[in-house]
Amino acid sequence: MSTFIEAWQMVLAPDVLIAILLSAIYGLVVGSLPGLSATMATALLVPVTFYLSPIAAIATIITASAMAIFSGDIPGCLLRIPGTPASAAYTDEAYAMTRKGQPELALGICLWFSALGGVFGTLSLIIMAPLLAEFALSFSTFEYFWLAFLGLMCATVVARSSPVKAIAAMLLGLLIACVGIENPAGTPRFTFGSTDLLGGIEVIPALVGCFAVAEVMRAMSVPEPPQLERRKFGSILAGQWKLTKEYPKQQARGNIVGIIIGVLPGAGADMAAWVSYAMAKRFSKTPEKFGTGHPEGLIEAGASNNASLASGWVPSLLFGIPGDTITAIAIGVLYMKGLNPGPTLFTEKASSMYALYIIFMLGNIIMIPLGIIMIRLATFILRAKRYMIMPVIVLLCAVGSFATGNNLFLVITVAAFGVVGYLMEKNGFPVAALVLGIVMGSMVEQHFITSLIKSDGSLLPFFARPVSAVLAAITIGLMVWPLAVWLYKKRPQGRAAAI
Amino acid sequence: MTELSRRHLMAGAAGLGLASQLASPAIAQTFPVRPITLVVPWGAGGGTDATARIVGSIMEREFGQPVNVVNRTGGSGVVGHSAIATGAADGYTIGMITVEITMMHWQGLTQLKHDSYTPLALMNEDPPGVQVSASSPYTDLKSLADAIRANPGRLKASGTGQGGIWHLALVGWLGAMGLPPSAVPWVPSNGAAPAMQDLAAGGIDIVTCSVPEAKAMLDAGRARSLAIMASARNPQFPNVPTLKEAIGVDYSVGAWRGIAAPKNLPAPIAERFTTVLKKINESKEFTDFMAARGFGVKWADGAGFAKFMAEGDAAMGVAMKAAGLARQA
Repeated sequence: MSTFIEAWQMVLAPDVLIAILLSAIYGLVVGSLPGLSATMATALLVPVTFYLSPIAAIATIITASAMAIFSGDIPGCLLRIPGTPASAAYTDEAYAMTRKGQPELALGICLWFSALGGVFGTLSLIIMAPLLAEFALSFSTFEYFWLAFLGLMCATVVARSSPVKAIAAMLLGLLIACVGIENPAGTPRFTFGSTDLLGGIEVIPALVGCFAVAEVMRAMSVPEPPQLERRKFGSILAGQWKLTKEYPKQQARGNIVGIIIGVLPGAGADMAAWVSYAMAKRFSKTPEKFGTGHPEGLIEAGASNNASLASGWVPSLLFGIPGDTITAIAIGVLYMKGLNPGPTLFTEKASSMYALYIIFMLGNIIMIPLGIIMIRLATFILRAKRYMIMPVIVLLCAVGSFATGNNLFLVITVAAFGVVGYLMEKNGFPVAALVLGIVMGSMVEQHFITSLIKSDGSLLPFFARPVSAVLAAITIGLMVWPLAVWLYKKRPQGRAAAI
Repeated sequence: MTELSRRHLMAGAAGLGLASQLASPAIAQTFPVRPITLVVPWGAGGGTDATARIVGSIMEREFGQPVNVVNRTGGSGVVGHSAIATGAADGYTIGMITVEITMMHWQGLTQLKHDSYTPLALMNEDPPGVQVSASSPYTDLKSLADAIRANPGRLKASGTGQGGIWHLALVGWLGAMGLPPSAVPWVPSNGAAPAMQDLAAGGIDIVTCSVPEAKAMLDAGRARSLAIMASARNPQFPNVPTLKEAIGVDYSVGAWRGIAAPKNLPAPIAERFTTVLKKINESKEFTDFMAARGFGVKWADGAGFAKFMAEGDAAMGVAMKAAGLARQA
């Protein structure tokens, strides 16, 4: 108990509270700018943490990353441009709600269920940390291969267009993921002698191009849509409690999936959002409503990505293994501040651990008031004329992508993917599936090749290891299921014809 | 940048170097008069970035001029390393170069080599260790080495990507024992942390990353460090023997980071940098920071750094050819 009180004293120190508030505002702003991801927000904070006390340093990272994941939803909802990759899965859905005249409901869902997801993720961190870490540690590349493969299969589920076009878009994404030297063989592929292509096509500029630049191009080519009704935004939280009661199952599932994916090293908020959105659609009673501005998928995926954020800290704190790119950076800061990850952190530095938990809770709670202010400010965008917004977006895309590596090549990548995204969208190919292919492609390849090297070329361990076998069964089951249904439907007809 | 413009730039830089050499004492005394750019070829948030930023912040105080740390990522480090090499040789563009500069040219990824720079100071080196899982039957390096000899190809190792520094450390170690690289096949991974996780999950048998990188898993009782590939023990891990102590094989290697400027930097300015960098290297702030991150502090001045890189480059060439990673000329 004394350690608990000590923890509160650590958190309530003025420097920590100021750090939380400032980093919350910072996270909200950075997350809402297209091209500046939550990871970027965290990376830019690192030099600042040099000058902070250990608890304040960790507090800035926790708060800023949680805020950035939520506020990435704002431009996605209002302009159909996801602020961070974690929002890409349900951008279309949120934007459809805005076009239906329910922007406050859509943003309210993002905010409310993000905060709830964050709280549940934190609870899982507190209660189940050692247990979850044990589970995650038993995963080898065989299991990760199936997991990444499952992620790829989400492409056909989330897309509204024909599955064939979705698969084509995903395969293009896989091809793009092949570029560069960052493959298991360490051999340059498709680089055409260019130094810039050696590092491969990065996800962030590709995403920004596909969504933001393509959206600007689309906006230029079609007449301005009728201005949304000029009115003051209603209450943002109104109706959220009703939705919470109406969709308890979706919310619980989103939280659980988010927590599990977060715990697994290397799979973060982006993957959590994709898988959850796909699951919501799969298990929904009204899958046809998805993509037309239906809250179900938004609730599940919005909860999921924030839940994964907190549980991503479990392997980081226990074993120094990053759960995602954000915690990869955070681990560096932990070491620097003498809070070395490891089981001793939970015993010798228990008060610091409690302080971390408290910061997680505080961060997710202040997300609600600060988020409402941010949403209110952001809604001016809806009233602005399109010719004023679009140039600003292009500028932000260019600056944002340049900032990730101080490399002009990234800006060119954004422009190129803008064209690709525009052409795909115009012909009914879902760009979300393309992005999914780019994100998952290197994971699938890496885990498949390394598994084969380990097993000396044998495919057997993919099915022989217990967890791997379960994942394989799920994956293959999902793949064969539509075929089985089709055959089953066909059989009685055939018999009827015979009679 | 095209060949032509680079040549012009080099010529210009050389001319500038000549001009400044004539008026050198005056320049060295007033240097620097404007902000300095410190280029980092790797992304924000990583170990190289953190080291560069701490060096930059102390250097800023020493010089009384801002030092801007700029991450130039892309091309697996090639982009940033070439940005340092092709900058103006006036002392206002410097950078943190890393062990990859002695590796990339062997693979044919770039023309850049260690002698494309004016070396200023070596700041850090981390030797790799030999880690096995806690459930592994090998409790010392000798039994592990015997197992490798008895069953070549059965045990698998990881720690970084194909052709990365820890891969070459393994190849070099096997070579020093008189074994071919195929005695322990390499499983590429996205860095040391996933490899250590796979070690604990039973996917691989050996991880040859640096001991600090494995520290969390060692503390958690999931892994054991059997030896380090260095000439002396790491004071933070006094129980881990060197290769020579364990099996009598004299082999050492390491991942290093140092500060360098474009080629033909005027000598007085280079000396000024080296003096300041020496002060930084010995400062409590720097050594505390490096100890906290588990990074090893190492020092060599410009000439020493050049010699260090030349030796490392030759050793890498041998290891990369043995592993079949070097580009056939």
